[in-house]
Parts: sequence; C-alpha cells; structure tokens
Amino acid sequence: MLLVHCPVCGAEGDETDFHGGGQAHVRRPATHDPANVGDAAQGEYLFMRHNARGLHFERWRCDRSCGKWFHAARDTVTMEFKAFYGITELPPRALMEAATGEWAAYFKDKLAAGKSS
Amino acid sequence: MKSRYSIFSIARNAMNFHKDWERAWRSPEPKAEYDAVIVGAGGHGLATAYYLAKNHKMTNIAIVEKGWLGGGNTGRNTTIIRSNYLQDSSIAIYELARSLYEGLSKELNYNVMFSPRGVLMLCQTEHELRAFKRTAHANRLAGLDCRMITPGEVKEIVPIINDDPACRYPILGAYYQPRGGTGRHDAVAWGYARGADSMGVDVIQNCEVTNIIREGGKVVGLATSRGVIKTKKVGVVTAGNVSGLMQRAGIRMPIESLCLQALVSEPIKPVLDCVVMANTVHGYISQSDKGELVIGGGTDPYNNYSQRGSFPSLEHTVTALVETFPIISRLRMLRLWGGIVDMTGDRSPIISKTDVEGLYVNCGWGTGGFKAIPGSGYVFADTIANDRPHKIAVPFGLSRFAEGRLIDESVAAAVAH
Amino acid sequence: MSNKPYRLAQGGSHIDRTQRVHFTFDGKPLTGFAGDTLASAVMASGSRLFGRSFKYHRPRGIVGLGSEEMNALVGVGDGARHEPNLRATQVELFDGLHAVSQNRWPSLTFDVGAINSRFSRFLPGGFYYKTFMWPQSFWKHVYEPLIRRSAGLGKAPEGRDPDSYEQIHVHCDVLVVGGGLAGLTAAKAAAASGAKVLLADENPELGGMGDLTAGSINGACVIDHAKVIAAELLDADNAHVLRRSTVVGHWHHNYLMIFERVGDHDPALLASGAPRHRLWKVRAKQVIMATGAIERPIAFANNDRPGIMLASAASALVERYGVAPGVNGIVFTNNDNAYLTALSLKKAGITVRVVDSRARADGTLIERTKSEGIEVSMGSVISAVEGSMGVTGVRVAAYRRGQGRVITERKIACDFIAMSGGFNPALHLWCHNGGKIKFDDGLQSFRPDQHHDAVMAVGAANGTMDVAATVGEAQMAGEAAAKAVFPKARFPKFKSPEIKEPSRAPLEPLWFAPATGKYNEGNKHFIDFQNDVTVADLELAQREGYESVEHTKRYTTFGMATDQGKTSNINGLGVVSEATGKSIPEIGVTTFRPPYSPFSFGSIAGVLTKDLFLPVRCTPAYQWHVDRGATFEPVGQWRRAYTYTGNGEDRQASINREILAVRHKVGLLDASTLGKIEIKGPDAAEFLDRIYTNTFSTLKVGKCRYGLMMNELGFLTDDGVTVRLAEDHFLMHTTSGGADRIAAWLEEWLQTEWTQYKVFVTPVTEQWAQFAIAGPRARNVLAKLAPDFDISHEAFPHMSFREGKLGAYPVRVFRISFSGEQSYEVATPANLGRGLWDAIMDVGQELGIEPYGTEALHVLRAEKGFIVVGDETDGTTTPIDVGLDGLVSKKKPDFIGKRSLEQSYLKGPYRKQLVGLLTEEASEVLPDGAYAVRVVKDKPPMEMIGQVTSSYYSPTLERSIAMALIENGRARMGETLSFPVEGNKVIRAKIVDPVFYDKEGVRQNV
Repeated sequence: MLLVHCPVCGAEGDETDFHGGGQAHVRRPATHDPANVGDAAQGEYLFMRHNARGLHFERWRCDRSCGKWFHAARDTVTMEFKAFYGITELPPRALMEAATGEWAAYFKDKLAAGKSS
Repeated sequence: MKSRYSIFSIARNAMNFHKDWERAWRSPEPKAEYDAVIVGAGGHGLATAYYLAKNHKMTNIAIVEKGWLGGGNTGRNTTIIRSNYLQDSSIAIYELARSLYEGLSKELNYNVMFSPRGVLMLCQTEHELRAFKRTAHANRLAGLDCRMITPGEVKEIVPIINDDPACRYPILGAYYQPRGGTGRHDAVAWGYARGADSMGVDVIQNCEVTNIIREGGKVVGLATSRGVIKTKKVGVVTAGNVSGLMQRAGIRMPIESLCLQALVSEPIKPVLDCVVMANTVHGYISQSDKGELVIGGGTDPYNNYSQRGSFPSLEHTVTALVETFPIISRLRMLRLWGGIVDMTGDRSPIISKTDVEGLYVNCGWGTGGFKAIPGSGYVFADTIANDRPHKIAVPFGLSRFAEGRLIDESVAAAVAH
Repeated sequence: MSNKPYRLAQGGSHIDRTQRVHFTFDGKPLTGFAGDTLASAVMASGSRLFGRSFKYHRPRGIVGLGSEEMNALVGVGDGARHEPNLRATQVELFDGLHAVSQNRWPSLTFDVGAINSRFSRFLPGGFYYKTFMWPQSFWKHVYEPLIRRSAGLGKAPEGRDPDSYEQIHVHCDVLVVGGGLAGLTAAKAAAASGAKVLLADENPELGGMGDLTAGSINGACVIDHAKVIAAELLDADNAHVLRRSTVVGHWHHNYLMIFERVGDHDPALLASGAPRHRLWKVRAKQVIMATGAIERPIAFANNDRPGIMLASAASALVERYGVAPGVNGIVFTNNDNAYLTALSLKKAGITVRVVDSRARADGTLIERTKSEGIEVSMGSVISAVEGSMGVTGVRVAAYRRGQGRVITERKIACDFIAMSGGFNPALHLWCHNGGKIKFDDGLQSFRPDQHHDAVMAVGAANGTMDVAATVGEAQMAGEAAAKAVFPKARFPKFKSPEIKEPSRAPLEPLWFAPATGKYNEGNKHFIDFQNDVTVADLELAQREGYESVEHTKRYTTFGMATDQGKTSNINGLGVVSEATGKSIPEIGVTTFRPPYSPFSFGSIAGVLTKDLFLPVRCTPAYQWHVDRGATFEPVGQWRRAYTYTGNGEDRQASINREILAVRHKVGLLDASTLGKIEIKGPDAAEFLDRIYTNTFSTLKVGKCRYGLMMNELGFLTDDGVTVRLAEDHFLMHTTSGGADRIAAWLEEWLQTEWTQYKVFVTPVTEQWAQFAIAGPRARNVLAKLAPDFDISHEAFPHMSFREGKLGAYPVRVFRISFSGEQSYEVATPANLGRGLWDAIMDVGQELGIEPYGTEALHVLRAEKGFIVVGDETDGTTTPIDVGLDGLVSKKKPDFIGKRSLEQSYLKGPYRKQLVGLLTEEASEVLPDGAYAVRVVKDKPPMEMIGQVTSSYYSPTLERSIAMALIENGRARMGETLSFPVEGNKVIRAKIVDPVFYDKEGVRQNV
C-alpha cells in the first residue's frame, strides 16, 4: 500500500485515495501536427512504453482530494517515491540525470536545454 | 535418453533407498557457440527449447536463465487451463495449448497433473450473460466443447456457491468449459526441462544475459554473466523483464510490467471440484490437490518489478469471494505472493520476429500465460526454426500495434486468466 | 488414555486452579483450568495424541508452544461456527469448547490412512511426478480423487458465518511488534518522548519468553521486570497495547496489518455482539521488530513421535500450566539454553537426563545442572526412538560432529523428549517488504541486516540472545525511533538496570543426528513434520538436480505446511548444506511471504458482506418502481426497472404492453441514471470538438445534438445527447454506466493534454431526476403539467431545449427521442423527483400513460435502429462500422480517435458493419450473440462472418427483428445468412436496413 503525496493540494494518503495513470511524459503527436502522424508514430504513442526497472516517471491523480493530475518519480523495484511534481512540469534535474535507459534518452535534450522543474 | 519414470522404477529404486535416481537435468557449462539460444527458462522458454529439439531436430541449443528454472510466473500462477476465448486467433493458440496439455504427462514422462476438472465462468449481470452467450456461440462454431449452464446446474457443480437470488450479484448462469482445468505449474517447467535436457539441450541456470550482440542488423551472440555465447538465433522469452533486454537490441516493446498476486488458504478437505471465475467481482478460485483454496484477482494498477504487491487488490478479491462462497469466511489465508506480469496494449501476447535478423520474441502473456505454455512453445519453436511466423502466431506479431490490428479479449468480458 | 498424574501439584503461572473449565476433545469430556490452552489441558489429561501428519498419517503430539506449532492442528466449534486447522497450543480453553482432531479416519488412535506409512519407502519426495501417468484418464478419474480425499487437513464449516468482523485504520509514530522484554523496553523508551506508540503481541499474556529466561534484572526475575513495564505502558495515554494480536504482514511504506482475535476465546463476548476478529491497518512512521526467536527441533530418527517436543515447549508446560510433559524425560540439545528446561523439569519432580551433542561445553547453566545431580552425557546424540503412539525409550550413542552413522548405543527408558537445536530469529516480517538478512555463525541462523524502510529489529529477533544486550539495544532503538519522528524529542535519563545472567557456551550445529545404519536408509529424520519431509527427501532432491533452494522446497514441499517453515526452514538448509558442501548463505533462503501466520478471510472482508458488500444506488423514484412490482436489473451500481410485471403478467407480456403504450399512447421512463455532466468555460465548445467525433462548436444555444465518443484507438466508447445551455455552457448526457468514467476521462484530457483550455467539468448525475415522456400523447401530458413556456411543435421543435417550470416544478426539458416517438425528457432537482414522477403519472392517467422499463426501451430503440454502446459495440467497433460515418467530422483537424481511425486496418472492407436482420420465420427470434457462417457444414469448425448484437420480438411490427455486425455487411443488403444455433439448428435471416420502423422519422417530429 503506497503512501502518495499530492503536490497540488498537499494531501497525503494511501494509494487507494489516488489513481495511477501510467507512464508520464507521453507525447500525443496529433495534438501537435495532426496532419502528419505516421502509423508507426501513432503506434508508438498508443502502445510503446518505457517500463523502466528502477527509476520511473508516471502520472497519478488525486482522486479523493483536489482531483488534480500530477507527476511522480518512483523506483519500480523498491517502490520508493523520489519526487512529486506538477503535471506540466519536468522532474527535478537530479532525477533526470539519474534516469537510465529510454528515460535517459528522453531527458537528454531537455537537460541540454537546461529545462527542469 | 533418460530412464523412464514409472511405478516400477520407483519400486526398483526403493530397494536401494532411492540413491540411484539420475538427475532430472544436467547442470552444464555454457558452450562457446549454439545454433540457437532461448533466453528465459520459464514454461514458455522451456517448451520452446523442447519443441525446437523434438519437432525441428535443433539439439545444439541452449536455454539460459538468470535464476532458477520455472522461477518466474510459471511457478507463481493459479494454474488455470482453458481455451474458451472469443477471438479466433486466441482460440487457436489456447486450444492448441489445452489439447497438448491433455497428453503432456505421457509425452514428457513427467506427471504435470493436468486435471480437466472444468472451468466455470459466472454470469452475474445481464450484460455479462449476453457477452458469454456470444462467446458460447463463437466457441461452439469453432469446435470447442463449451456450453452455457443454468443457475441450477451451477449450484450442482459448485454446492458452496451463494445462490441467493436476492444477493447483490445473483448467479444468472455460467459459461462452462468441462475440459478446462488446472495443472501442476512446477511440474510443467520441470517436465519440459527434463525432456529438453534428455535430447541434448543445455539448460543453463544462474546465467544472466546482459546484452544481445549484433552485427549489421543481425544477431551474432549473447553477453552473459558467464561469458559470451555465440549464436545466430535468439528467442527472448523473459516475460516481465522483456523490455530492458529488447531495448538493448534497440527494440521498444508495447509492454508494462505490473504485479499480479495470488494467495492460498490453509488446506481443507475437498469443497470445490472445479475452477470458478467471477469476472464481475474480479476473483477466481479453485482447490488444489493439497486442499488449499487457490485464489487470484486483478493486477496492481502501477508498474512494479518487486514481486511484492499491494494489499487492496487482493482485499477486493477476497471480499467478493467471501460474498460468493460464504463458507470461506472462517477459513484462513496461508500465503500470498506476487509475480511480474507483462501487459500489452491489447492484453494479448506477442509471438514475433523482430527488425533484428535472428532475434525473436515471445512475451505479453500478461495474467494468463500458464494455460498457453505448450502451444506458445510449439508455435514459437516453429517460428524460430523456419524464420517465419507459424500460422497461429501470425496475428500475434509486433506490427499489429502500428496497424491497429488489435486482438482485444476484453470484449469477451472475461479477465484473461 | 493414561491416568498418570500429568497435572503437577503446584506451579503454572497462567492457570487459575480455582476455576475448572469443561470441554471435549474428539467427543471425550475433559476438564482443565482457566488459563489453559487446549494443548496444556489435553496433555494434563495424560493424552499425547493430537493429530495425524499430512502424507504418512503418522500419530503426532505437540512440538511447540505457540504459533510455530505444526502438528497439533485441531478443528474447533460446530456447524457454521466450525474452524479447522487451529493450533492447539494457541486455542485458549473456555467452558463448552468442542475440539476435534483432523486428517484421520475413523479415529485418531486407529487411522486407516496410516497405511501410507507402511509404504513410505515407495513414496519418496516428489514421487507423484514420476507415476500416476498411465493411463491418461486415470489421473483425473482415479488417482487424483484418492489423493484429494486423503489430503487437506481439516473440514470447512457448514453454511454462512454467523459471526461479525471489523477493520480499523490507524496511524502511529512507532509500531512495536512483540511484547516480550525487548518490545516492552523499546515501546517504553519511545513512549517516554510522547510519541504515539502501538504495541502488538500474539499471545494473551505479555512478557514473551521472559518467564523462560535465566537471569535477573535489578534483582527481580526477567518476567516480573517485563510485567512492570507492561503495566506502565497499559497506563500511558500515548501508548496502546494489543494482545492476541498478530502482526501478519509488512507492506510498502510501512503499512502493516494486525490480526486481533477479539472473541475467539470468549463466547460470551461474541454473544454480546463483539466482532470475532478485528483487522488493524496501520501506517507507522517507525517500526521496531521485537518478534523474538523460534526454537529449532533436531532431526533424529523418528523425531516426530508424540511426546517429543521443543525444550521451550516442555518448560512452558511446566512453568505456565503446571503440566508435566511426562514422568521421565530426556533433554536433547546442542546448546546451553535447554539446560534451563532440565532444571525446571527437575524442580517439578520429573526425572530427567541431558544428552548434549557437543563434545565439551562449560557454562554456568551446565554446571548448575550437574550440581543438581542431573545426568549429562556430552558428545552424545539420540540415535533412535522407541514406541509409535508415544515414546517408550531411546537409544543414545556417542557422537562426533559430522559423523554419518553411530556404532555403540545404549538404551534408556523415557516417556518424553525435550529437544533444542538452537534458535532462529523470527525474520518473517523483517523480510516481507524486502529487508536484507545475513548469516550469523554463532546462531547458525540468519539475522537482520539492512532495511530500506524505517524498520529496526531488537532482541532475539535481531539475534541478540542475552538479557543485558537486549535491554540496551531495545532502549536505544525506542529512543532512535522516537527521535526520527520528533527530532527535538527529550528523553528521561536512562539508568541501565543491574542485570545478572548465566554465561553460555557456544552452540554446535547439529542438522541431523546419525542413527544405526545410514540415516537415509529407512529411518525417518523429520525436517518438516506436518508435510512429512525427511532428511532423505531433501538429499534425494539434491541428487536429482533440484538444487536451487526453491526447487528443493517445491519438490519436497518442505516449508510449505501451515507453519510456513517456522521450525523447518533453517534445519532444511542445514541438511542441504551438508549434502552439497555449500555453505548455508550460498544456498540462500526461500522468500518469506505474508502472512506471518494465517488469518481469517472474514477479517479481510470486514463489514463488507451481505447488504454492505456493494451498496445500491437508487434514483429518486426508486421506491415507486419497487411498490409497482418492477423486476430490476443491475446497471453499473444502479438497479433499473427492467419491466413492470406487477399485475402478475409474464415478462414478455408486460414488455410488449409497455412498448405498445409508447407507440400508441404515452409511456414514462425513469432515465435518472443517465450520466449528466456540465461543461462550462470560454473554451467549452472547442473542448467538445476534441472529445466528440462530430462538431459542437456550431450548435446553437438551446439546441440538442447527438454525439459520438471514440477512445484514442478509434473505437466507440460512449454516446449521448449534449445540449448547449449558453455560449460557454453545455450539458452532456452519457450512458448510465459511463457517467463516472467519462467525467474522469474529460478531466484527464483537460488537465494532461489540452491544459490551455479554460473549462470546468462538473458531474451532476445525482443532482437531477430525469424522466422520459414518450408517445403520440407526450405533449398532451406535458400540457397538463402547466408549463410556463410554449411547448407547441413550432416553438419547441425536436432536438431543442427549454428551461422553465411545470407547475411548481423547476425543470429542464429536452425534446429528444430514443424511442422514435414524440418525446420529452424532463429533468428536475433530485429532491423534487418523486413528486414530479407522481404528478406525471397522475395527469397521465386519463391519457393512458404507462411506466416502461429498460427492456421496452431497448426494443423501441432497436425498432428504430438506434445503437446501444455496449450492445452494438464491443470495444473494437468504430463509428464507421455501425454506419455513423456521417457523425465523424471530415473538417476537424484533430479529435480523440481520429488518427487511429485512419489506420489501415480500421478501414478495410473485411470490417464488420451494422445491418438489420429479418428471420425467414417471422416469429423466430435469433438468439443473442448468434454467429453467421460463410458456409454451413455438418460439424465445426465453421468460418464465422459476424454476430447478432441485439435481437427482440417487436410487438409493433409483430415479428422478430435483429441487429448484427456482419463482415462487409452494407454491401450485402438482401443477402440471406445462416446462423447455426444449438441443437444442429440453422436459422436463416435476410440482411436489411437496421431501421425497421418509421424510416423517415416523422413520428418524433410532430
């Protein structure tokens, strides 16, 4: 039973008061250039997932309190939450740097551009 | 060839206090090179290796496992075997598997205890009843021995069920596959391992694959914790751990690894002689030969590689089952455990070639892989040996996710166990 | 049974000799004292026999003193109150207790199943994998039924559980697991800072093993010191102490569950309405594990005979219950602790000898034992046990460590054996959530190492076996835990007490004691008693290649009994270690899984049974439907009126009557369950254009429009009518089942994808009662309700909306139709709903109004060819499949599902398309879900080309009608299809347009 913290309203509670929304930072191609989305890109968006073993980034919703969606960084082996951050934000820089595999690839240019929450 | 197991071999060995039994499988060192290597010695991997050797005469092969064989979901599931799916492509693979299970103990000379004690899927809402009626029509025309049964018949088959028509989810009927049932999960892994080993397959435990070595878009070998192994064909069958390994070969997978839990009660004298699935309330239950009630439900709702789940999902299942089978209220939970299941976007498996020549993948069995083991190994071996998908494997290719050619079983209103 | 004086003249800290308690065991009336356990009371009666083992059905007595007991499993209570597999060592005696032994037939003393023991030589570990394979059908029909019948321990209760259960959620600063000296000391230390402390102990009495521990604290014996602390804690406001409460599991982020046995020991309490069990769900900031240690048995030949028990159990019988384990015993040990048992047996006047496997050992306890005149044989082991239903004697042989067989033996008569192979820290909870452990050579067992949660272990649980060190580390842990929660916490100066305790010689590992001949030739050295797993079985597993400890466990089933290996785990590893030459850490342990000990399913369900299992949502007019004798169907959490059979007609008749009423007069439907979501804000229209496949930004204020929703995969997920209340304000209707899902889904898109939109989404389903008045006389009914707005067709046309009053009722009226008739959906605030329903029925009387249910609704819409999402669609159906291409915008650049809909596969001609079907035989109704085949064959398989999605008898058309999804259906109009149904029957039906009635749609538009 995970203990989750909502960065929007500050509520802290059992995972059953929240709703896990799967992988964070999934880009929906049609939102940006609806006319030019190939089958592969659409399949990627709909189905391909990072599924990191270890540090992972995901979406949660604060069901029982403010109802807002937010982001969380969590270790999928120890289940420890490393950070909670806004739904429109990137993770703290340290976590983007700690990311591995496909997440490292995803954050590479963000770090280069000096972005983070 | 191994000496055969039988009542007589037991009697013979008893004379010498069982000191002369030979090993069920060798413990070989990896060779420098094999014709093919299967990664992951779970049921699906072991079956693949077995059929590669038996059906395709590929005996210079190895199966490598980072831990102990059968230690993943093969040894953690609730052993339900059925084939009454809705979609043709699902029926094809699960029915092949079920029919192979029927003869498996004899085939392997190892008692896998396949027990066709019947699988009964309850209908507890009008919508569920409609959905199963449809499945029943489809299955009948596909040649499956399945039928809808009345609440009265349900009560006869499962006397301990709550048949109060006034209860929250009354029993409106059930969809019944008399020749579905259960098996002994460990025995399936051990039987295939012994069978493969006896044909010369190297079953190599405690050997973790760290990378898939490629040259010019082709597989040339594997880097492992016990050195490099050369091979031109690699079959990856690593279930919940598939994403990381495939990613090293530059292939992204439509997979998320979640925790699925199961539990057993303390052993009691027989009270339940078939498998009962209650999809509306997300629970399923059977009784093992040892007398334990074996109970399972849905997955936890977030990624998890720890093989340790969270309690709420099980709590939901147990609560529902206490309502459905009131006598279990005074029985006690003995042990619960978790496994890492690999869920695909359409909840159907992947049996596929990849963009890398010589690299094949078999995964995505999610919450229902045990029942498919023989069929999965059978068609995957054929796919690897002939470098083209077996006809039953065609619909399960990776490309379906880009084409939208999904195989959605959720249609059948049945959780895929 | 024997009549020997097993109840000692004095002694027994737990019992009250003034209170006799009457109970029965296997029907035999017996008496004990208040404070007895079933185990102690039965032992006091002279009986040793409690049960039969799982595989060989060997007679068994008690081995342990608490939850580690694996042999003495009994059934307690009668009928629906029966509970199987309870440990006799934990069952507290009460007047009228009925207990029965298990897994024996016909009786405990004569058990037919014991025949297995005769053939045990032919039943080695894992034998069933090697046989029962021929012939194939025999497994299911012959072998397995036999195995199932002989397995399975106790019997299930009969009928529904008459008792109640409850759950409680608590947060605490420090949870202390275990109420022995270590736990009590740690709890007191933590509580001294003001921290909120919760302490849970498995037993009825606090103090743990204090009463069986040598030494003194400030001059008092250990247990008295512990009880003083316990009393202080029970008084403290910031500490709560739970007894009979087992912490069963530790989950992520310090979430633990405590299983409290509230009423099991006290029928009067249960009768007064107390719950039988209470499940505590605890979120602790800090956890201190003081779970103690469990004594190890020793594997020697026939070490399972009744009368052979752990030394700690023998001591407990004497000290706590004043019960003699026998009159003439042997203490068999490899460590000093068991000498305490020898001393207390001697003190109780019981003849005792000590057999110690160590060549030499000198500690103060050994000295004292010898000085008491107790015979001590060092460098010796028990090599054989005589007797079968009990112990009549042993053979003792000289032994040197590692010796495989013994030579010289001497016989000693005795009637019980107290054994000790050392102690294993109880690591289960430590490991549940991934705590690391390390091997300790001194203990020859594992002890806690690192833990990624805020958890500490103290005392015996931490491998700390002496009193002084335990008190010290418990005090420090308690303070550290409190400090972690309150960094500024202040603590009273801790004055470490003056502690005296005996010096101890190191133990020497003894994983099995050799016998004459070879230990694995015929002799049974039990490792897992309940599952009958012997040393020989474990060695066989190694020889056969089941070397991984998990393979060994699963192949032999050692550690898989109801004690989950509490006493067998380390002993098994020891045996494997000696067999393979690997060290125990190399072999590794099997995973510890919750629960620590079994707990009831009833406590997991708590109060959520019967009516509370899943409460029903009721519409404002629900009671009216009930009074009218409606039959209901569950729709989501709702129950909706299916049809009104009140006047005794059969279902079909009442459904037809309701349909004809709507077609020819007027009907009233309770549509309150329909999902209602208000969408408001400057970007509301643009947002809806993203959500729906069709366009809503062009909708005029006051107008309604039917909309389709796809998911991102391009499949239909919901539909409904949305009305524009104002420029920036829409009211969306969803399906009854979809309301909550769609509301959450809209929120998700707004918050996570189109965050720039200024839109509020408000679910208002429950705030409105909504009724559909449908039929040629609908407007007449409306008129009679005194509307304060013009309801003429011209002023209030189809697909428009008015807000106003019907008499006293504030209403929103939507002129929309799901029946194809002139129809008004009237919504009023929920609290006025029942009143308005009654008013409509009232004024409708003379117009012949009739209430209609969901089934009539479905037939009416089917006659019109309207789809129902979930019937015509199944999660793989696109708008194009159901012929609603016209509602999929070509202009909008992007909306949910648009891109997927363009994927190659979703456009092909092989897609199944919605069509109507007319059976050749007009009265014949196609079965729901029936499949059409390309070619009818005399037997399966046959190729299927599509299925019936809805099928009804239409009283309007006086014939059957059906809708179906058929491969490339729209191109096949007029074609006749074959549907092979049950009983080799084939129903033939012609493909037609799915709109069966009023194709032009004039009726709804007048």
